[in-house]
Amino acid sequence: MGDKSQSGAEMLKGTLDMMILRTLITGDAHGHTIAKVIERTSEDVLEVEQGSLYPALHRLEDRGWVSSYWGASENNRKAKFYRLTAVGRKQLVRESNRWRQMTRAIGLVMGEQAMGDEATADGGTR
Amino acid sequence: MSLFRFFHRKRSDADLREEIDVYLAEETAENIARGAKPEEARRQARIKLGNPRSVRETLWQQNTLSVLDKLGRDVKFATRTLARTPGFSLIAIGVMVLCIGATTSLFTVVRSVLLRPLPFRDPSRLVMLYEHFRDARSNQEGFNYNTVSPADYRDWRMQTHGFEDMAGWRWDQSNLTGEHGELPELVSSRGGSWNLFPLLGVHAFIGRTFTESEDRPDGTAVMLTWNLFERRFGGDPAIVGKQIHLDGKPFTVVGVLPQSFTYPDAKVQLWVTYESGLPPDLLQHHDYHFTRVVARLRPDVSLASALSQVEAVQYRLHAQYLNAPVAEDVVPRTINDDLARDVKKPLLLLMCAVACMLLIGCLNVANLLVARGAARQKEVAIRGALGAQRLTLIRGQLMESLLICVAGGAGGVLLSMAATRWMAHAWKDLPSAEGIQVDGVVLGFACALVFSAALLAGLLPAISSTGKAAFASLQASSRTASGNLSRVTLRKALLTVEIAVTVVLLIGAGLLLRSFVRLHSADVGCVTNNVLTLNYSLPAQKYSSPQKANAFNEMLLEKLRALPGVHAVALGSSLPGEGNGGDDMFTIKEHPALKPGDVLPDALTIWVDPGYFSALQIPSLNGRAFTSDDRLDRSKKVIISSLLARQYFPGEDPVGKTLHVPAYNNGDYEIVGVVGDTLWQVGKPAMPAMYFPILDGGLEKGQSLAIRTDSDPLAISVPVQKQIAALDPELPVSNVQTMQQAIGDSLGNASFSATLVLSFAVLSLVLASVGLYGVLSYLMTQRTTELGVRMALGAQRDQVLRLILFDGLRPAILGLALGSAASAGITQLIRSMLYDTRPLDPTVYIAVIFTLLVVATLACMIPAWRASRLDPMQALRAE
Repeated sequence: MGDKSQSGAEMLKGTLDMMILRTLITGDAHGHTIAKVIERTSEDVLEVEQGSLYPALHRLEDRGWVSSYWGASENNRKAKFYRLTAVGRKQLVRESNRWRQMTRAIGLVMGEQAMGDEATADGGTR
Repeated sequence: MSLFRFFHRKRSDADLREEIDVYLAEETAENIARGAKPEEARRQARIKLGNPRSVRETLWQQNTLSVLDKLGRDVKFATRTLARTPGFSLIAIGVMVLCIGATTSLFTVVRSVLLRPLPFRDPSRLVMLYEHFRDARSNQEGFNYNTVSPADYRDWRMQTHGFEDMAGWRWDQSNLTGEHGELPELVSSRGGSWNLFPLLGVHAFIGRTFTESEDRPDGTAVMLTWNLFERRFGGDPAIVGKQIHLDGKPFTVVGVLPQSFTYPDAKVQLWVTYESGLPPDLLQHHDYHFTRVVARLRPDVSLASALSQVEAVQYRLHAQYLNAPVAEDVVPRTINDDLARDVKKPLLLLMCAVACMLLIGCLNVANLLVARGAARQKEVAIRGALGAQRLTLIRGQLMESLLICVAGGAGGVLLSMAATRWMAHAWKDLPSAEGIQVDGVVLGFACALVFSAALLAGLLPAISSTGKAAFASLQASSRTASGNLSRVTLRKALLTVEIAVTVVLLIGAGLLLRSFVRLHSADVGCVTNNVLTLNYSLPAQKYSSPQKANAFNEMLLEKLRALPGVHAVALGSSLPGEGNGGDDMFTIKEHPALKPGDVLPDALTIWVDPGYFSALQIPSLNGRAFTSDDRLDRSKKVIISSLLARQYFPGEDPVGKTLHVPAYNNGDYEIVGVVGDTLWQVGKPAMPAMYFPILDGGLEKGQSLAIRTDSDPLAISVPVQKQIAALDPELPVSNVQTMQQAIGDSLGNASFSATLVLSFAVLSLVLASVGLYGVLSYLMTQRTTELGVRMALGAQRDQVLRLILFDGLRPAILGLALGSAASAGITQLIRSMLYDTRPLDPTVYIAVIFTLLVVATLACMIPAWRASRLDPMQALRAE
């Protein structure tokens, strides 16, 4: 997908969907907000590539995990808002459980404290 | 859902563009809020977003069903390439229309005749049962289904338990008049046992079917078929319960059969009961064969075990009546096969012929595609070099052949709608001709045909033109690229197969045609030119005594002989070529009694008037003819045919000997003469015949009249019918036609299938020669430069001509050899359809080989001649 990999900020495969769903838990949002929230909350470690954000949003909508509607943004622009559906909420629970299991397992293998950095660094090479 | 997305890609893209715009605006606004200049803010936002086009493309791709997308692209591309060469496309589509149309039509007929279930309850459990004789003569034609005698049928039904029930029906015909003697009409009818309709699961449309008590020799119940009900009685239900007259006897209409009931054929007008009108003692006979038996299998019993019970009964009967024609065995036949009778084999043959034609058509299209493939070599090579996968290239080319076949298939189905209607009309013996039409299954068949034809025609050229070798054309100069050896070999191989199949078809058609000509010119054994024939049947009610019948017949003969233009008149129970009017067993008094197990002597029995032999110019070989004195009780005379004399009186004089005929009054008959042989049916082996005087009063009904005239016999038909009407206005006359027409009718099938196979063969020949011409012209243009060089170096024009000619003739000759060898084997299969023609008939082979050589030479000559006219300077400059 992403041809131009920027620093170590590329995302672990499959985690973008999960993070989008997590972001929407706090309320409906449009694309720009979602990207911004992910970046801010990750303390600017993760950079959301637009090339994968929009296809991801459409994919989630396709699966029925989010729904969309046109609304007005904070700056009063017409923007497409995404909302978490009930199915999406369940999916989020499932994914975060899986994620927790994974990080614990990887953490066990890597030795507890090294875990955080290495996991994201390895993500770049898949 | 994704299909929905696929078709809404455009909208979703528009949405995305808006989203991206919003993103840019928000980001820019944020950057400005952070203190950047508007210009810079916008720039930063754009950098952050990246390439919006690539985002859109990613989403577009995600929403796309790649299969459908590629398919659409292929169709578009193939349509454009086909449209660029309309000549080629039209020829290829035309070929496919013909081939698919013909195949679909034949399939339609085959399906409705051989495969379609009849409108009966659970028709798969119905079987027809026949007697089966073991002796060699009965088996010589490979067809041995003998109708059952009434007593055998009764015993089978009473003494076996493997079948749910058995029913019987017999042929009949009646002179139908209304209650007040309105317009007489000779109608074809059947006598069915009372349980026939319940057994078939057919209910009366109005009224009821027969009851057991009506199925007696004096029963007078009748059921009308839909045809007669609508036609003669105007569809008025009040007819049920009323009376109609059959042969002058009143019958009560008990019911009307439904429209769907056209068993055993659509010509049947009414049904009486099985026993109705039969002499009671006839029902006790084991050696009068006239019943067709329909049996319904019990669900829990297999056909084999049910049949074994019937066979046991039959063999016991055979042992009981050793000296009578009571068969040893019983054979079953499915009810569909039974209806298809004589058409099954010609139909399958036509199906094979048409399949061959389809194969040739596909090969031809394949060949044309290979030629195009060669012309587009560069294009394919460039696309390949630019990264097109081989599969993509093959798919693209297959799409072309698929488009051709789909267009051809659409045209073919339209063609077959017309063709099947024509065929059902033209092929007289086809059963259930009314039900033949194109329907869903046929359309499905046509679709399957289209796709397999597309694969067959497209795959080989596509694979060959996208191989690794194809890319060589990029490296080499165009001069050498032309001589792609493997491609040329492939085309020649296709051509060889095409010609071989054509040869097989031509030889098959030639054999059938020759057999048909033989049939047509077969010597019937009597005069057939300028003879008018007709049938009438004296109703037993009115002509209750032999004297009355004789008086009518003699009066009629006298009046007819006096008509101007009439040479002679013959009256008999049947005429030569008119079919089997019945045959009986006989023994020879003067010879020792037969041993059990001997083949019983059997001969056709024909009743004739004194003038029969002279009028039909059947030579008298020995003894005398009948005179008008050979009548009634005074007559115990018989005249035999030469074949009977040779077969049963070898080396003796039969005149004066005595034949004992058990079936005919159990009487003794003195042989008074021997006459020449006639054929009872053209195309069938001659049978021995016994002639009895028609004036002896033994004949019950059904007379055939033959009138020999000076000129056109049909001109006399009206005066003849007027004479008959003058004697008895209520007597219907049927089958008024010339003797040649009557004989020709019995050959209708042979002529029909021979003509059809021949037309398929000729079409194939045209296809093959077009293929030959196409390949050679193409090769010629490819070799223009080479030929130019040759000529520049001093090659003579006739040398060039020969070079190209032999290049083209080689596959033709190879195909010819292969095809001839294959035909020698394949034509053995149609041996039984050939009359007086051997499958290896040298005339046919020579004619076909000659024709093919001439056509092939002509097809090769044109390009070869063109090559020899090349201007070497022009040819060399062309590159």
